[in-house]
Amino acid sequence: MSPKTLYDKIWDDHVAHEAEDGTCLLYIDRHLVHEVTSPQAFEGLRMTGRKVREPEKTIAVPDHNVPTTPGRDDPKNMTEDSAIQVAALDKNAKDFGIHYYPVSDVRQGIVHIIGPEQGWTLPGTTIVCGDSHTATHGAFGALAHGIGTSEVEHVLATQTLIQKKSKNMKVEITGKLRPGVTAKDITLSVIGETGTAGGTGYVIEYCGEAIRDLSMEGRMTVCNMAIEGGARAGLIAPDEKTFEYVKGRPHAPKGAAWEAALTYWKTLFSDDDAHWDKVLTIKGEDIAPVVTWGTSPEDVLPITGVVPSPSDFKGGKVEAAQRSLDYMGLTPGTPLSEIAIDTVFIGSCTNGRIEDLRAAAAILKGKKVKDGMRAMVVPGSGLVRAQAEEEGLADVFKDAGFEWRLAGCSMCLAMNPDQLAPQERCAATSNRNFEGRQGRGGRTHLVSPGMAAAAAITGKLTDVREMM
Amino acid sequence: MQKFTTLTGIAAPMPMINVDTDMIIPKQFLKTIKRSGLGANLFDEMRFDDDGKEIDSFVLNQPAYREAEILVAGDNFGCGSSREHAPWALLDFGIRCVIAPSFADIFYNNCFKNGILPIALPQDVVDVLMKDAEKGANARISVDLEAQTVTTSDGEVVSFELDAFKKYCLLNGLDDIGLTMEKVSSIDAFESKAQAARPWA
Repeated sequence: MSPKTLYDKIWDDHVAHEAEDGTCLLYIDRHLVHEVTSPQAFEGLRMTGRKVREPEKTIAVPDHNVPTTPGRDDPKNMTEDSAIQVAALDKNAKDFGIHYYPVSDVRQGIVHIIGPEQGWTLPGTTIVCGDSHTATHGAFGALAHGIGTSEVEHVLATQTLIQKKSKNMKVEITGKLRPGVTAKDITLSVIGETGTAGGTGYVIEYCGEAIRDLSMEGRMTVCNMAIEGGARAGLIAPDEKTFEYVKGRPHAPKGAAWEAALTYWKTLFSDDDAHWDKVLTIKGEDIAPVVTWGTSPEDVLPITGVVPSPSDFKGGKVEAAQRSLDYMGLTPGTPLSEIAIDTVFIGSCTNGRIEDLRAAAAILKGKKVKDGMRAMVVPGSGLVRAQAEEEGLADVFKDAGFEWRLAGCSMCLAMNPDQLAPQERCAATSNRNFEGRQGRGGRTHLVSPGMAAAAAITGKLTDVREMM
Repeated sequence: MQKFTTLTGIAAPMPMINVDTDMIIPKQFLKTIKRSGLGANLFDEMRFDDDGKEIDSFVLNQPAYREAEILVAGDNFGCGSSREHAPWALLDFGIRCVIAPSFADIFYNNCFKNGILPIALPQDVVDVLMKDAEKGANARISVDLEAQTVTTSDGEVVSFELDAFKKYCLLNGLDDIGLTMEKVSSIDAFESKAQAARPWA
């Protein structure tokens, strides 16, 4: 048998039909659904008289536009259009008989956080969601990617997706990370190397000692941003840490099924001689705590750097860099650590898990948010929030002057009332620094949770290593 | 879905790289439960100022390009969010074809579900088409999906690559779900086999 990559193995085990030209029907094991990209898909089913083929494999949760302030289970406390979308999801979940976590449920949260938390996310499965950050679940060795609403309807109706196979890319992070360097710095640094289109047409497998050393939370952060590098999906081979995380979760297999699953999961790795279409190797020790300076996630520099000049770039990036600098209100040559910040946002499917809150709280403990700044923590799920309260992290945040919010996507995409004002500058643990992403005219610098906490204390972008 | 066969129309030049789907349709317009009506807010934050007034310098606000049906753009068009509202907004505005050196994966797939043809061409060829588009409303670009060609206003013909299945669906305006439903016995068979092999999944 010819050697295979992890992606090859999962792919081969999910092809339900292959046409002569290589177009496949890929069987989908888990379909995650949220309120923003699903209403038109359910409407499509109604109009054609179709059903959800596998309601037991379909899981819905409102997360994108829900408020993160108290009283939100009363629709009167939502904007009218948000309330309509949430009500539509309520109704669709009920009418089509799918699993559902309403806002009133403590298990509600960001779809990519609750999938793993509830044990829906399992190694070797295929997972899709009408959201590009579905790549997150690749941390478990699951083939997971975002789809559009037409594809959501296709999966609801057929439990398959029409796909052609992507190419294989290996991203190896060798050796150890230096102190203060996190999974967020790894994933941003990789995008800084490849560019936002470098992964287009590929599924990336992240490997190497620095990846193996990461917790499951850290691995999710890495895979989460595979899409920001253009890749269809990110993958990390499952290991003992993965199995330990999954074991005992509500929807994880139990008893004999667990043993059988484990036997299969242990076959999920790339064979030594497997073929890679592209390989990128980065030394772990070369990665520094990074920040973004521009309006693309590829605009990454170590915090010790300076704002670049458009003339540092080539081709279309020259004009793009100028546009970014104008939008961001930055002057070339300015040290990144001198950029003053108005707001700090800790949360999102990239960095809204318990480990992220621990990392931020470790920096904040006994300190205060700088006067005049706005700072908020939005836990990724109700359960993350509850755990953080139990561990005393919530008190650290509140004592420091952070707002302690309810779970949701919040200011990562600012569909709910959590938004930046024009020219307001934010250090954010989320995943996109696009123009207008966090609010029209808002300026976003992507950072790790520790770096966000450090910025909250000093009021400017700050090297977290100085505060450790 | 609307068929796509041939199109001759005004091409708007948008020489920007990394045009993301947040730019194409900002999040405040995703709170709809419909697919229609999004054209009014296509490129909203680039097209309108804080008071909702048109920004004259934006290409689709210029008299020559208000009726554009083709967009010529930079590398990595449609990156970012998976929102299908992006092609819905383009289509609703009247854009049926986007030409760029490369496209983000999810956006590219979403186009084909909505009767929009995304054409990827080498940078030097896109540069020629960009120059052509910059001539304004009199310079009409033609696209022939069957022949897989783009013809400039000067009559220069360039060929483009396209997946045969995607082309077939777009030419005939076919509904993917209907096509997949014809293979339901394969899905049933796969499901039985997978259930036996991986009952936990």
